[in-house]
Amino acid sequence: MEDYLNKLAYCIEKGRLNSQSKIPSNMLGQDGVEELINQLIQLNTPPKIIIEKGLIKGMNEVGNKFRDGKIFIPDVLLSAKAMNYAIELLKKEFPSENMPIKGKVILATVEGDLHSIGKNIVKVILEGNGWKVIDLGVDVSSEKIIVKLKEDEIKAIGLSALLTTTMLNMKKIIIDLRNSGFNLPVAIGGAPVTQKFADEIQADFYSSDPNEFVNFLDKLN
Amino acid sequence: MNKLFEKLENLKILVSDGAWGTELIKSGINSNICPEILNLENPDKVFNIAKQYIEAGSDIISTNSFGASKIKLNSYSLSNKTYIINKTAAEISKKAAGDKLVMGSIGPCGKFLLTDEINESELEESFYLQIKGLVDGGVDCLLFETFYDLDELSIGINIAKDFTNIPIICSLTFNKNNDGNFFTLMGNSIENAFEELLKFGANIVGVNCGNGFNTTIEILKQIKLKFPSQKLIVQPNAGLPELVSEKIIYTETPEKIVTAVENYLELGVSIIGGCCGTTQEHIKTIRKLVDQWRNKNR
Repeated sequence: MEDYLNKLAYCIEKGRLNSQSKIPSNMLGQDGVEELINQLIQLNTPPKIIIEKGLIKGMNEVGNKFRDGKIFIPDVLLSAKAMNYAIELLKKEFPSENMPIKGKVILATVEGDLHSIGKNIVKVILEGNGWKVIDLGVDVSSEKIIVKLKEDEIKAIGLSALLTTTMLNMKKIIIDLRNSGFNLPVAIGGAPVTQKFADEIQADFYSSDPNEFVNFLDKLN
Repeated sequence: MNKLFEKLENLKILVSDGAWGTELIKSGINSNICPEILNLENPDKVFNIAKQYIEAGSDIISTNSFGASKIKLNSYSLSNKTYIINKTAAEISKKAAGDKLVMGSIGPCGKFLLTDEINESELEESFYLQIKGLVDGGVDCLLFETFYDLDELSIGINIAKDFTNIPIICSLTFNKNNDGNFFTLMGNSIENAFEELLKFGANIVGVNCGNGFNTTIEILKQIKLKFPSQKLIVQPNAGLPELVSEKIIYTETPEKIVTAVENYLELGVSIIGGCCGTTQEHIKTIRKLVDQWRNKNR
C-alpha cells in the first residue's frame, strides 16, 4: 500500500492522470492517478489515507518545489488538474463519505487589480491541503468580502495583488474589515508584496510560499 | 532605414523613460480606474508625464497603453475603444516627444492560454487592434514589455510582423529561484527564453520590471554571454515598493542605481530606462551617466 501511495503522490506532483497520459514523458504506459486510486481502493485503503498520504503529500511537494523555483505555473496547473481528477474519482467511489474540510478561506484579488494567477495557485495548494476556498475572483472590494463574511463561517482571508499600484488597496480592505468588526486573520501575497509591507498595513500573515500559508491556516484549527 | 535603427546607429545608446503607472497614481488618479482611459478623458495628465521624461533627457519614450489590449480593456467594459485609446496614446507621446522617438507599449493580457481563459484567436484580435491603433498613432517601434508567457508573446510578435517596417522590442520579466537562477513565471530559463524570442523575430530584446536595477545586472550578463552581439533593452523597477507613512516608496533611489547603470553601459546595453517606481530623477541620472560614458569613450 505504501508503495501505491508514494506513486500516487508522485503522479499528483507530475500531473499524470492515467496510463494514457503523455506526461511525464519518462512514464509512458505506466499507471497514473486513476489506476493507483483503483488499486488502493481494492486494498481497502480508507479514503482519508488516500487523501492524506497520496494527494496531500503530492500537493505538498508541488508547493515546496514552486516555492523554491524548481517548478512553475504550468506544472502547478497540471498538478491541480490531477488533484481534481483524483477527488472526483474518490467522490464517485465513496459518495457518502465527506471529503475532509479543515475550514473555509476567502481568496480575492483586491480592487483595481485584475490578475488572478497568484490567487489561483494559492487556491490549488489550499484545496489540495483540505481547505475549502471561497474564491471571490478579481477586482474585489471590501463590501463584497463583508457580504460573504456575514453569510458564511470563514476562518481566514487571503488577499492578492500583482500591481504596485493596487497593493495599497489591501490596506483599505484590512481597515474596512476591522472597522466593521471582523477580526479574523488576513493574509496577503503577490509579486510586489513584502513582509515589511505586510507589517506596515497590519496584515496578519505574509509569505511568498503558498505552503507557509497552509501551515499558518492549519495552526488556526 | 527605420528611425530607431538610425538613431541607434548614430547614438549607440538610447535613454528611455521611467514609470507611467506609478507616476499617474502620484498625479492623483484613482488606482481603481483604467489608467489607459485617461488618454481620452484626461490627455493633459498623460502628456505631462511624457513631457517630463523628454525634459529629463529621454531619447525614446513609451505610451500610456501598457494595459490597453482589447482583453484587458474588456474588464472595464472599454473593449470597443481599444483602437482609439491606443491611437490617442501614441499621438500624445508623439506630441510630447518632438524629434525624439516613441515606442508603443504593449503588456500581457493577464489571462492564460494554458488554462483556456483565452484562446489564440481572441489574443490575435486583441493584439491586432492595439497594434493597429499604436501604429496609426505614429509610434516608431513596438515595445512588448513585462511578458512572461512566450506563447502569448509569439502571437503578439506574429501580428506585429504584419505591420512592415516597425521594429519589435521585447522585454521579459524574470524571477530568481532558490538556487540563484532566473526563470520566467512559466519556467523558461534566460537562455531558452531569448533563443525563442529571437527565433520569433524580435529586433531588440531585454528585461524589465522585476526586483530592481542591481539584481538585473546578473540577468544582462547572462544574456550577453549567450548572445554577445544582440542589441538589448533594460528597464528595471526602482527596487521593491515599501509603504512609508501612507505612501508607496521605492528602495532604489537615483543615487542607488548608479553602479548598476555603469554596469549596463559596460555590458553594451542599447536602451536604458526604468519601470515601476522610477521617476524623472532616475532618468536624469541615467542621462548623465550615458553622457559621461559617451564622452569618456569618444
